[in-house]
Amino acid sequence: MKAVSLNLRAAVVSLLIFVCFIGAWQLATTGPSIGGSSAGMTADEIEYAKMMGKDPGAEKSSGFPPPVEVAKASWAHLSDPFYDKGPNDKGIGIQLAHSLGRVGLGFLLAMAVALPLGFLIGMSPLMQKAFNPFVQVLKPISPLAWMPLALYTLKDSDVSGIFVIFICSIWPMLINTAFGVAGVKREWLNVASTLEVNPIRKAFQVILPAAAPTILTGMRISMGIAWLVIVAAEMLVGGTGVGYFVWNEWNNLSLTNVIFAVLLIGVVGMLLDLMFAQLQKAVTYVE
Amino acid sequence: MWSDASVRESAALVAPVSAPIQKVSPMSGFLKVEQLAKAYQANKPVFADVSFTIDKGEFVCIIGHSGCGKTTILNVLAGLDTATSGNCFMDGREINGPSLERGVVFQSHALMPWLTVRQNIAFAVKSRWPEWKTPQINVHVEKFVALVGLLPAIDKKPSQLSGGMKQRVGIARAFAIQPKMLLLDEPFGALDALTRGTIQDELMGIVRETHQTVFMITHDVDEAILLADRILLMTNGQETDQGYRPGGMAEVVVNPLPRSRTRAQLHHLDGYYDLRNHIVDFLVSRAKAH
Repeated sequence: MKAVSLNLRAAVVSLLIFVCFIGAWQLATTGPSIGGSSAGMTADEIEYAKMMGKDPGAEKSSGFPPPVEVAKASWAHLSDPFYDKGPNDKGIGIQLAHSLGRVGLGFLLAMAVALPLGFLIGMSPLMQKAFNPFVQVLKPISPLAWMPLALYTLKDSDVSGIFVIFICSIWPMLINTAFGVAGVKREWLNVASTLEVNPIRKAFQVILPAAAPTILTGMRISMGIAWLVIVAAEMLVGGTGVGYFVWNEWNNLSLTNVIFAVLLIGVVGMLLDLMFAQLQKAVTYVE
Repeated sequence: MWSDASVRESAALVAPVSAPIQKVSPMSGFLKVEQLAKAYQANKPVFADVSFTIDKGEFVCIIGHSGCGKTTILNVLAGLDTATSGNCFMDGREINGPSLERGVVFQSHALMPWLTVRQNIAFAVKSRWPEWKTPQINVHVEKFVALVGLLPAIDKKPSQLSGGMKQRVGIARAFAIQPKMLLLDEPFGALDALTRGTIQDELMGIVRETHQTVFMITHDVDEAILLADRILLMTNGQETDQGYRPGGMAEVVVNPLPRSRTRAQLHHLDGYYDLRNHIVDFLVSRAKAH
């Protein structure tokens, strides 16, 4: 009873916060309209105003869209996510698929490098010391700082985006894998030794499951960073993706669409994190 | 007399008991340890000149204070550590690394927490007989889990088991690979007295049944008297007036009590208190300088 009511109470409070937020948003955006009325204008003046993009007759709201408008736009985007009307007008589903594709590919490449390398560093104190300075210097570099080098060497904006994801996902995974592998309990390794377990089996059946929770933590952090970075990277390189969509809608001065995209980025990021939380739960063990 | 070659002054304390149980044959040992020494600082070895033998089917306990090198000796026998000098032979072959021929029960049970009891033991069985198919492995695993009475918990994770149950699984795992020799590193150290007694009985039963050769570290004098055919007493290294004297094997006590002894009647047996006092006296007055 007590536990259920806590969740329930939390849900009620969440709902309240949401309603307050929407309410405040609505109030803030229903100010006087910019366009003004056409009263007192001559026909020429009205014509001129229309040519300048300020139709005095149309009901124009203030610059910032109210929640209802965002909801309407969201519905429109979500109800037809996969249309493709040329390079600057693609459905949000297609944009999202491009972003997720880049993130997925960059992330997989980072995994392919970080996990074996992390194993090596974790197993060997020599390698740990040898690699440490490189990791320490490369880790704090903003992934976007690599962009010019990537564009110059890779000569392809799409591949450069993937490279940026790769370079930003690799560090948390590498560090956590090395840390997890180095921290595998001596006694489990001793058991494996006394049972004459061969190195491959030892790596996959003792060290990997023992270090898996730490490795998954690293992967979860990496995925979070990758999702942050992809939006910025796509704003830079353009073409496709949610980042490009945001930038494109900003150039269209469609704040409604920008807000929709921002919310969508948040929701997708949350889903990605939840996915990794589930994976993490699956490999966590109680001692 | 129940003290062999290295008998020292206090052996006369105990009256000889009739019918010695185990014939001591120092040269024909199944396991031979010769002149073993371990030094972390070159001029101050922790122990030196440790030699002993264990016969096939014999149960030998080693007692000594912390830091005297018991665990190091066991780890050398397990192949997990190396000695500074000296040699160990089992079954005529030198020990120079871990081997499936020697099963080890660790003090901290060392079960893999992400595997169930069945999987933990199957992991060992698969290592021993890689060519076995799953059904055969399962039958074998179940047999040894039944041996320690844990069939109802076979599909549980170690975290769902009590300390005693975990240690039983550790014992079952060591027995399951059917090693030529069993090495136990203070297996009951972390258990409460009641659980400890039960598992001692179980271990004794299994060892008697399988004629397993066992080398075991313990801190518990009664445990040693109950289980061991012979008890090795070790001294710590110490500073004396003549300089540093490394630790080593002070005495080998042959257990005179009948092998059919049980925990319940142990303290009623003739010679039990003499034996116990002898070992306790050693630990209190001779094993350590301070």
